[in-house]
Amino acid sequence: MATLWFALLCLMLIVYVVLDGFDFGAGILHVWVARSDEERRTIIAAIGPVWDGNEVWLLASGGVLVCAFSRVYAAGFSGFYLPLMMALWLLILRGLSIEMRSHETNFLWRSFWDGLLFFSSTLMAIVLGAALGCIIRGVPLNQTGFFEGPLFTDFRVSSHPGVLDWYTVLVGLFALCTLALHGALYLYWKTAGLVQQRCRAVAPYLWGIQVVLGIVTTYATNAVRPDLYVHLVARPWTWIFAVTILLGVVSLPITLQKERELPAFLASCAIIVGLLGATAAGLYPTVLHSTISPSYDLTIYNAANGTSTLRIALFWWVPAFLLAILYFATIYRLFRGKAELDPTGQSHYG
Amino acid sequence: MNALAWNRFQFGFTITYHYLFPQLTMGLALLILLFKLIALKTKNTYYNDAARFWGRLFGINFAIGVVTGIPMEFQFGTNWARFSSFAGGVVGNTLAMEGMFAFFAESAFLGLFLFGERRFGNKINLLAAFMVFFGSWLSGYFIIATNAFMQHPVGYRLASDGRLELVDFWAFVLNPWAIYEYLHNMCASVVTASFAVAAVGALYLLLGRHQEYGKVFLKMGVVAGLVSSLLQVFPTGDAQGKMLARYQPPALAAMEGAFKTSAHAPLVIIGQPNERTGQIENPITVPDVLSFLAYGSTRAEVRGLDSFPPDQRPDNAIMAYYAYHIMVGLGTIFIALMGLSAFLLWKGRLYTSRALLWVLLCSFPFPYIATTMGWVAAEMGRQPWVVYGLQRTAHATSPLLSGGDVAFSTLGFMGLYLVIGIVFLYLFCRELAHGPSPLTATGEAVVPESGTAVTI
Repeated sequence: MATLWFALLCLMLIVYVVLDGFDFGAGILHVWVARSDEERRTIIAAIGPVWDGNEVWLLASGGVLVCAFSRVYAAGFSGFYLPLMMALWLLILRGLSIEMRSHETNFLWRSFWDGLLFFSSTLMAIVLGAALGCIIRGVPLNQTGFFEGPLFTDFRVSSHPGVLDWYTVLVGLFALCTLALHGALYLYWKTAGLVQQRCRAVAPYLWGIQVVLGIVTTYATNAVRPDLYVHLVARPWTWIFAVTILLGVVSLPITLQKERELPAFLASCAIIVGLLGATAAGLYPTVLHSTISPSYDLTIYNAANGTSTLRIALFWWVPAFLLAILYFATIYRLFRGKAELDPTGQSHYG
Repeated sequence: MNALAWNRFQFGFTITYHYLFPQLTMGLALLILLFKLIALKTKNTYYNDAARFWGRLFGINFAIGVVTGIPMEFQFGTNWARFSSFAGGVVGNTLAMEGMFAFFAESAFLGLFLFGERRFGNKINLLAAFMVFFGSWLSGYFIIATNAFMQHPVGYRLASDGRLELVDFWAFVLNPWAIYEYLHNMCASVVTASFAVAAVGALYLLLGRHQEYGKVFLKMGVVAGLVSSLLQVFPTGDAQGKMLARYQPPALAAMEGAFKTSAHAPLVIIGQPNERTGQIENPITVPDVLSFLAYGSTRAEVRGLDSFPPDQRPDNAIMAYYAYHIMVGLGTIFIALMGLSAFLLWKGRLYTSRALLWVLLCSFPFPYIATTMGWVAAEMGRQPWVVYGLQRTAHATSPLLSGGDVAFSTLGFMGLYLVIGIVFLYLFCRELAHGPSPLTATGEAVVPESGTAVTI
């Protein structure tokens, strides 16, 4: 039962990164690929109606984490108190910048929110990567099941690390590049004209950087947590994630070359799903690794809530998940095709 | 202040600020749906324009509600880690259900509602309005059910590792406390929205602009305001008070200012409680009424604060007393004001009664105050427990977190929220200055040229 919940939680987080990832990517790239106000509005029209729903996957994952593994939630969130607070502020600013920019036509007003969108999206992409890096590297959990971690210490991967050390910064940069590429391909699919051309032009460069950083990060992960790869090699079914990554990486430039918009975006989705899936499969059954001693690890066995809770929660989770899929299918279908601008220029988004 | 005090202050501040927005969102969602339904039935386009106008204000309000809501869920983990660890197996269910059942519906369809009228037409817009209403009211239920568990825990078992686990899903979700608290809370948000809608209507009539819309707003605001203020007192408020008498007698004693146990307990209308002397100073009381309200009999004995050991009493009984009395006092005034307005509306004299329009215009902040005070009374009354009778607030904090860290982040939130508040007020006033407008023949909303907008 705990294994099932671990899988469901990972599934929800992966959906979150795939969906909100392109919002972050669009936020990072828009200062380059959209230069006039009309082009900026196109970007907002492409992500405006969906960003909030995408972000709900994060909130819902947080809820499921409390429900299924409340000790992990308690330890992880209280341990990185200040960094998390700053991440929350960034999320607040990101949401505001999308919602507020088009309410006022003043040039400075719009530039301000555009700049804030770039700033918060860029930092959040790095933060998400660094958070993943922390989960892979481990945190200084002690015998009480809690820890206290600063933002950074001496940037070495030691037994008492902060959020940022050379490894998590590397993962953060890798995430920044991956999400920027993801956003570029989303916009390539959802926009037309100059914005689309610029996205297409920038994507191959980002792809190149992503491949290089991906290889470096893989080596670094092996240095930090070698047991991750031992797990992966020992579990042949997890190789499907490696295949997914490879398929995505190879097909991305090909589809881009052939100007096939949706397949190119799906290739980027495959890369993200494969990377996160492989990471989760490698970590299992540990949820939060302790850098002090493996005996303090929070695993699905000692961190899961009672089986009664887990069984009951499954009853509502399944219909809720199906409903969520239905809502998203409806919305994405209604907003299918290229993002449209409101001709009056006064709409809530764009 | 120590770490516990900072934690409590931060949660109190962030949730109070956050809840200023959802209470309007939830009430307004219902009123917008009513506008749309009336428009569909009567073919009166003013109602459709009213729905679109309030939809725009709703959008701004909703956005602030979303962004200030994000920290709430995470604070359970960051600031209240021992609470999350202890009670997560139960309250995690409703927190996750809020996300999965309510937020998905609400957020997915809000974009459609705000963006889609021109593109997808009236039917889809009505569906979107309904889903946003449904999602926001469902969200309210799950969060109230979470709070209700903390007030009156049911459906759980204490597992062998000392943490709570859920054993009876329906008992937990249909907690009687949750049902009354929910109804009381939702009536309050309709009161807030009705007062806001009526105030904007009054504003337009007083200004002599958008007068037809002003009348539509006033009609809706006054009728919905009267109905919801009445329901607020009876049956929802009354039932909530009886739950308190039954399950949280120390909280009832604190809120009512009952220092000593007595049969024929009087209801304190007004007066200053003095904790040292254990008396209400300068009181105006009505004999027997508290006994009757709490237990249905004028002879019933109401336990006073003195009958509970000090570590079982609310640690700030005075604050619970004042918060509760402000809430009840304002609620009574709301009924009187909306009753008078409804009477004049019926007589056809409301739109020309300038003095009353002024009062309606100026009274929109008071439902916010009443709601906030209601929450303060409920949360202060529950102390010293975070989960009533099971976990003390002092044992709920994150063990390794220092007061300084929480003080720092609290100041950060205050600064950020100040900026957000200014942006919100600016945009809200700007929309009010633009006012409602009809759709043109081409299906586009007529919006005044930017830069020439008349400011109020």
